[in-house]
Formats: sequence, structure tokens, C-alpha cells
Amino acid sequence: MEKVRLTSLVRSSGCNAKLPPGDLHDVLSSLPPFHSDRLIGGYEAADDALVYDLGNGRVLIETVDFFPPMVDDPFLFGEIAAANALSDIYAMGAVPAVAMSIACFPSCLELSVLREIMMGARSRTDEAGCVIAGGHTIADREPKFGLAVTAVHDKDKVWTNSGAKVSDVLVLTKKLGVGILMTASKGGECPEASFNAAVSAMRTLNRTARDSAVDLSVHAATDVTGFSLLGHASEMSEASGCTIAIDGSAVPVHDGVHDLAMFGFLPEGRYTNEDYIAEKVAFSDSTGQTMKDILFSPETSGGLLLSMSSFDAEIYLERMKGSAWIIGKVLERDGKPVHVL
Amino acid sequence: MKEVDARGRSCPEPVIMTKRALKEDEEIDVLVDNRASLENVQRYGRAMGKHVSASEEGTGWRIAIRK
Repeated sequence: MEKVRLTSLVRSSGCNAKLPPGDLHDVLSSLPPFHSDRLIGGYEAADDALVYDLGNGRVLIETVDFFPPMVDDPFLFGEIAAANALSDIYAMGAVPAVAMSIACFPSCLELSVLREIMMGARSRTDEAGCVIAGGHTIADREPKFGLAVTAVHDKDKVWTNSGAKVSDVLVLTKKLGVGILMTASKGGECPEASFNAAVSAMRTLNRTARDSAVDLSVHAATDVTGFSLLGHASEMSEASGCTIAIDGSAVPVHDGVHDLAMFGFLPEGRYTNEDYIAEKVAFSDSTGQTMKDILFSPETSGGLLLSMSSFDAEIYLERMKGSAWIIGKVLERDGKPVHVL
Repeated sequence: MKEVDARGRSCPEPVIMTKRALKEDEEIDVLVDNRASLENVQRYGRAMGKHVSASEEGTGWRIAIRK
């Protein structure tokens, strides 16, 4: 039987498939207010993950993430979907404990495809040392896969996105551009070497990025996914009451991304992100269109974005052996939450 | 003028359709019906060194790509 191209079955893929952030915000803000003393940071802070106070200084961290495929190989798709879901836990400084699968699967596809997706996810949860069992699968025209992940952690060691301090530097642990590369790939226009680099980055757990920082003083942390670097940076600076200045020339980008962006291989999410984020960002006159395109584009299973002292950042960069980059700094609030230099 | 109807298509398909059409004709019109396609097709045309302009038409846009 001919192999089915997974990406041919879906309209949008990866974290680009997220509902536009503005639309989601409208719905969430229209819901009746909810309060629980056990919900740390409150209802509004529970963005990608919620933190529930178990008492005795311990918290439960809960997250769920799933999306349609951005690659054709089912095993790789399972790996990427799992790495992406586990990332929310690492971004809070914790270690994933248990995971359950969430899957949508077309009844016309061979079940061996679903098995391969789940085997891919399993390889990532095994590497994470995370228990995986159970889940829920429904028949759907478009395949989708992801995990609900739970961690238990010390309350005073949870990383949030609200503690960035003036004079901190910002560190990013994966290159940008996978959303653009996957869009080009869907059209058969992504160079093989760039595709392989993007896939390798997406399936890489943010475990080392978390472990290498855990004994340092991380003031704020998040992971970079569908909301783009600018989106996640603006959330961090708004929550922290500061301005984040990003040095565009210091932002690491996968090979091939500049050219593909220039030729218009940009995911739809790049534009919906801009609609929501543009008013929060001040660009310098020298920031070109292509750089804006890259900074607004959704990432899938992106790296951690950490705010820490420059002293700690030097130690961190050495530990990360070339897989971490200082891309900006934290300033007193000065006009817009994010400046791009 | 050759017309490429990319309405109802999602990215990157309109860009691929534009690329194919420009291999056969130096000047084309491309019809699109969403913002991402409007922006992306214009970027493609400009990156190819063409003169590009867009105007609203119906519920979408007509993008003129000229030498």
C-alpha cells in the first residue's frame, strides 16, 4: 500500500494550528471568573500549564498540548508532538512524571500509522523518564496527536514568566525558523539539510536546557512555541513589568530560513500573531521585513527562553555547549513591552 | 493576462501556484482570499524582482505581478 503523506491530510500543522491568540483571549475573558486558593498565580496565569498547590510546599503542574502533523513520517511526528508537550513542564523548571496520549485519527488510515506515532511519543517519554499510559483517541478526518503531562514539584522552585529582573539577559536554547521551514516543506521547497536540522531541533527535549539551569537563578522562563518569539517575550515582559530588548542580529536562525521567508513561505500564524502582538513591540528602523517575519512566525517544539543574570548566563552557555544564545536583555519598562534592536 | 486562481487554498499552495505560473508567463494576476496568501504571494513576486501590486476584488484580492 502506498505510504500516505501525513501533512497532505491537514490544513495547518504543528503549533501553527493554534486558534489565533486574539480569538482565544476573547473567549476566555468572557467566561465567569474562577477562583481557587489552590490555583497558584490565579486563573489568568494558567496559560500553557496550571499549577495546583498540594500543600506541604509541593505543587502539581498540569499541561496538555496536541496538534496536526508537520512531517510525513508518523514516528517523527509522535516524537515532535511529545517533545512539544513535555516542554511546557521543563519550561516551569520541573520534570515530567506521567503522561497520557490524546489522539485524533482518520479511520481511512492504517492503524500501523497510529502505532508508529505512539512509538515515536514513547521514545521521547522514555528519554524524559516519564511514565506514559492510557489516553483517548477519536476518529477524525485530520490526524492530531499530543500528550497531557503532569509533574510534581517544589512550590518555591517553580519557574514562572513573571520574575524577569532589570539587567538580566535573555537566553534562547533553540534556533528559530522551524515553522517557516515546515511551511516550505509542505510545498516541497525546503532544502533537505534545513529540514533535517529543523526536525532534529523539534524532537530534542528541553530536558538538558532545564537541567543545565536548575541550580542557577532563573528569574523567568517560558518556551517558544506557536505564539512566536515576540509573543512569548511580550508575555514575559508584561508579566514581569519590564521591557525586553531583543537584539535581532543575535537571534539564532536555522540555515535557509531567511531565503524562504523572503520568498513568502510563511505560516498563516505569522500574520495572526502580528495582529495580536504588533502593538506590544517597537522595532528599530533597521529591522528588516524578513527579520520581522521570522520573529512573528510560530515555532513548534521551540526552545526555552530564560531570564537570568549575565553571570549565570555565562555558566549556562558553557554548559549548553553551543546550544544556547544570549538574544537580549531586560530593561526598566520603557514604552512598549518588547523592543527589537 | 494569465490568471491564477488561488482562492480557497492555504499556504504555501498559492506561492507554489505563483511560482509555477511565473515559469511559463512573465506577467500574471493571482487571485487570493486570505491575508497570509495576499502577503506571501506578494513577497514571492518581489523576491523574484517583479513589480507587484494588489487591489481588493470581491471578498479577496487581485495581485498583479508585472515585469
